Formats: sequence, C-alpha cells, structure tokens
Amino acid sequence: MPRERAAEFTIDHVQVLDESGEADEDLVPNLSEEELLDLYRNMKRARRFDTRAIALQRRGEIGTIAPAIGQEAVQVASATALSEADWMVPSFRESAAYLTRGIDPHLLLWYAMGMEEGAEVPEGEHTMPPSIAVGAQTLHGAGLGWGQAITDDDAASLVFFGDGASSEGDAYEAFNMAGVFDAHTVFLCQNNRYAISVPTENQTRAETIAQKAIAGGIDGIQVDGNDVLGTYKVVTEALEQARQGNPILVEALTYRQSMHTTADDPSVYRTPEEEAEWEERDPIDRYEDYLRSEGVLDDETVAEIEEDVETELEAAIERAREGEKEVVPAEMFDHVFDELPQSLRKQRDEFRREEVDHD
Amino acid sequence: MTEQLNMLEAIRSTLRAEMERDDGVIVYGQDVGRNGGVFRATQGLIDDYPGQIYDAPVAESGIVGMGVGLAAHGLTPVPEIQFSGFMHQAFAQIQQHAARLRSRSRGTMNCPMTIRAPSGGGIRALEHHSESFEAGYAHTPGLQIAYPSSPADAKGLLAASIRNPDPVIFLEPTRLYRAVSGEVPEEEHLVPFGEANVVEEGEDITVVAWGAMRRETQRAANNADADVELIDPRTIVPLDEETILDSVRKTGRCVVVHEAPKTAGMAAEITARINDEALMYLEAPVERVTGYDVPFPLYAREEDYLPDPERIRSGIERAVEY
Repeated sequence: MPRERAAEFTIDHVQVLDESGEADEDLVPNLSEEELLDLYRNMKRARRFDTRAIALQRRGEIGTIAPAIGQEAVQVASATALSEADWMVPSFRESAAYLTRGIDPHLLLWYAMGMEEGAEVPEGEHTMPPSIAVGAQTLHGAGLGWGQAITDDDAASLVFFGDGASSEGDAYEAFNMAGVFDAHTVFLCQNNRYAISVPTENQTRAETIAQKAIAGGIDGIQVDGNDVLGTYKVVTEALEQARQGNPILVEALTYRQSMHTTADDPSVYRTPEEEAEWEERDPIDRYEDYLRSEGVLDDETVAEIEEDVETELEAAIERAREGEKEVVPAEMFDHVFDELPQSLRKQRDEFRREEVDHD
Repeated sequence: MTEQLNMLEAIRSTLRAEMERDDGVIVYGQDVGRNGGVFRATQGLIDDYPGQIYDAPVAESGIVGMGVGLAAHGLTPVPEIQFSGFMHQAFAQIQQHAARLRSRSRGTMNCPMTIRAPSGGGIRALEHHSESFEAGYAHTPGLQIAYPSSPADAKGLLAASIRNPDPVIFLEPTRLYRAVSGEVPEEEHLVPFGEANVVEEGEDITVVAWGAMRRETQRAANNADADVELIDPRTIVPLDEETILDSVRKTGRCVVVHEAPKTAGMAAEITARINDEALMYLEAPVERVTGYDVPFPLYAREEDYLPDPERIRSGIERAVEY
C-alpha cells in the first residue's frame, strides 16, 4: 500500500447558549443563582470599566489602553473557572479577566497612566503582570504549568493570547513544550477576529486556531467565546484536564467590538455592517436574555447591579487620580536588581541631584 | 581541600552540588539529559537527579520563556543554551521578560534564572558557534553577566549565579573547557559578583581581560616589555569598576582586551568609565585590543580575527610607549 492515512484529527466546537439566549439544557454548567449572577455582574463591570477608560483616555487622563469590549464572556468565564491556586497569565487586553480575578480597578488605571504600581503583583497572588510583546506570555504559562507538573502541584495555569499571537513562534514552542513536559497549562486563544487590522483569514490558512494544538501533540477545542456558559464549561473542563498533566488549547471565537487600542481606528479596515452583525451576538445581551428567561434577573436587579458598578468605578477613578501624585521618579532604580550595583547607585544619586537642581 | 579539575568538570560538580543543595534547581536544555550536553557539562547528572534535569526540544526562545514561568512558580531554572550564538533566538524572552520580571512586578516577583552557554571562538566550530555577545547583555538592564576564566572561578561564579535572585547570563569560554586545569576548592565555593580578580600585580600598565582572553593576555604579558597588572573582572555586570580604576590610577595606562567586536563592546564602556573617573591619571589613551567589526569568520580566518598574545603585546607596548 503506497499511501495510507497516518493520523486523523478533529476539532470540536461547543456552544451552550445560542445567539438568542436559548440554552442547551443538557450542557448548562451546574452553577448556583448567585454564581450565575456573578458572571453577569462581572461582565457588566468590565464593559463599563472599558467604556469609562476609553473616555478617560480621550480626555488625556490615562494613556493608551486595549479595551476588551465584546470579549467579556470569554474573559469573565475563564477567570471565574480559575481557583485561587491556579495561575492566570494575561496578555494586554484582559481587563475583564483581571477584574473578575479581584484586581482593584484603580490598579488597571494606574498601569494605563504609565505607573508600574498598577502591575505590582501582591505577594502570594497567582496572576502575572501584563505582557505587551505579542505571544511571549504563552511560554510563561507553559513554564508555570511545567513547574506545577514538576512539583506535583494540584493547580493549573491559564494563559490568554490572541489569534495574532498564534502566528508567533513562541506560541508553537509553548504548545509543543507544554506537551513534552506534561505542563498543567490551558492555552486560551481569544480569537477576536483581528490582529490590529489583519483579519483571521489573513492571519492563517488554518481553518481553526484550535487545530494548531495538533502540531504540538496536545488537545484543541473550539468554543463560542460570546457564550459565557459554554466558555465556563469548556475552560473548567480544560483546567481539570490540565491539572492531570494534559495541556490543552481552547480557541474561543469572539469579536473585538472596539478598537485594537485607543490609538487605532477600526473604520479603516472593517465595515459598519460587520460590526452591527457582531453587536447582535453581544455576549452580555445574550446572557441577560437567558437570565431573565430563567427568572434569575429582572429590571430591578439590573438597575441595582448597574448602580453598584457605577459606585465602584467612581471610587476607583478617584483613587487612580490620587495615585498619580504618588509617583516617585527615583523608584525606577529600585526594582532593576535585588541589590543595586554600584554603577546604578551612582546613576540614581546623580538623578536625585539633578532632580533637586531642577526643583 | 582542593582538587585538580578542568572547567567542564568544575561546572559539572557545581551543578551537582547545587541540585543536591536545593531540589528546586532545575537543569534543562538541548541534549543535557541522557547525552550529558554536547560538551558533557551535565554528563551523568540525570542518573542522580532525574526529577531535576530534563532534555528540552530545540527551541531557544521556548527554553528561556519556560524558565520565566518556572521562576514565577518559585523554582530556580538553570537552562543551557547549546551555543551562545543561538541565544539570539531567545533574546526577546531574555530582554523583554527575564530581565524585566522584577521591575514589571515592582519587585514582588523575580527571575532567578541562570542561563548557561558556551561562548567565544577558537574551537574551529561552525558558523554561529563562536560569538561573544556580553556587551549586548550588558546593555540590557536587569541582567547580570558572569564570564569565568578558570575552573575555580567557574565553580565559584556558577554557584553564586544559581543562588543569585536575579537572572544571570553565564558565559563559558568554550576554548577553555578542557584546555586548562586548575585547583578547585572541594567544599562550597562562592565567588561574589562584582569582585574582580587581580590575576597579576604590576606597576607599568593595567590590562583588563576576561574569559578566554585572560589566558592569551597572560601569555602576552609574559613576553611584553612592561610590568603588567592583569585584572579579570569575572562578572561583566556588575563590573568591579573600583578595582580597575584604582589600578589605572596606579599605572596610568590601560589596555582592555576582548574577542567581541570593537564597536560598542565592553572595552568602550570600560574606557568611558576610566575617562569619567580617572582621566587625570592617564598617561596614554586607553588601548582596545578586540575582535573586528565583522561577523565572526568561519574557522579558516578565526585566528586572524581573535586577539592573540602578539596583538595584545603590541597593544600593551603602544600604551607604554605612548
């Protein structure tokens, strides 16, 4: 036989809530009413945070940000699925995931104001600082997961990256090495359809991003990333699998409704029709319809949640503004090394002298 | 108590001792496991420490990037890159992540990774197997760089690197791996970073050299018509500037020797620091004896490229006769 099939693969697609908010009852994850409401609350918090942050950027109060509007379901669901012991490894568009994980919103604003204080990782907290270099963090997530395997840690690491990052060599190296070392890693690709202006179909000829797992010998699965229940279910199962030493790539199909960053103008590369079409599939609206139909949510609760979100955000913005005055420029020397080498001490002293002269 | 070891043996025994001391020390890289490393630096270690030593796929960025994650998990990664000429594939992970994890997290996380790699030419190897890129790493805030030139220093600096809470680029002069043997302390031996070794004392001229160039410089000094004070900085970052400056203040003359290209090399940096702090003591311009600003040549020309005792001696004499 000159030619026979050497291997065969398939990629599954999962959806629990359809676009009209109808759920497949067999697949709905087992969550309490409070947990269901938390998913909703966190999506609303994130949406409002990003809209306010864009406005603050437009007014010059904060620097460039990368909003996650439209991607709340995948981020909130994934961060909710994580235990405290699990690691979260973000890229740079994870406002919703950070907020869900309990990071104070004023810290995100500080980072956007150019203050490293915003990226400080509190002792014992298993969340990495943001990685601006595209795709580099996939390896950090793989390394964390490998460390968990080496130390028999009963936890996993979840790393966020985008469809654009899946073109980077680091992403492939991460899938491959995670597989080789039985890393406890879940690679979560938020396929939001665009890497700045380049649509997925120009990013790769692969039919799915999930199938990129196959080359690394790990599992790949696709989920509707605008379906918060589906993503929660798939990521929860993926984390369980990863904790057993079987890394997995989850591709969540979603859409970046806003700009790549506040320095970007999407009208140059996409149509209002396309944007309107995806607004129809909005993850929050869809989930709200479901919760209302289940009797978990009514107008009153929505109003309460919106009010809480507003109060929290006002306080965070106030806190962020106060923080701006707290920047001590000489601190840029403090965290380069554990112990400051003499040459750097000299530069710091020189810097301080110049600061005094200029005052 | 000391024992007679070459540099590879010193490195191997240090890796063994450090893995024994701390089971969080994880040694990994291409061919370091069963094969014991292409230079045999890790030979036999996998039998005794199977949970701490791993063969890694050929993926330099992956090897270093995984180390950032291991470090975040609280382990101490000691990856080997097979040749430092291939560390450029990992440079983004080194420069953007390993070196910045501490500052990015405001000092709440660190990256105690020691990246070992054979460095420098003189072994008639293939293209990309002979580079000496210490200046590139020195230009990267957040990294420390060790470049031993003797078996004892290899042991002392490697142990200090592995216990260093910051990322260390540990460059091993390939041509000295087996070429020199020396007395190495059998007990724990730590060479602190930032403390230069005054290899030879002298009155006429200060010569600064590290890695394989230390041996070439010693040979040159023996034949030069000058009383040479030879200083081996041992760590490029942090640099023991004081020892160099004190020596220059005494001798009034200086030659810096390295095999990396001349432009923007460490010799330029050392010269600038002498200008900053000891200009008025100088009786001659600081001489640089270095590789040329050309890609490291294939081996038919590597002897012409590399500073040898003859070129170093000329440099010394130029400075002395100025």
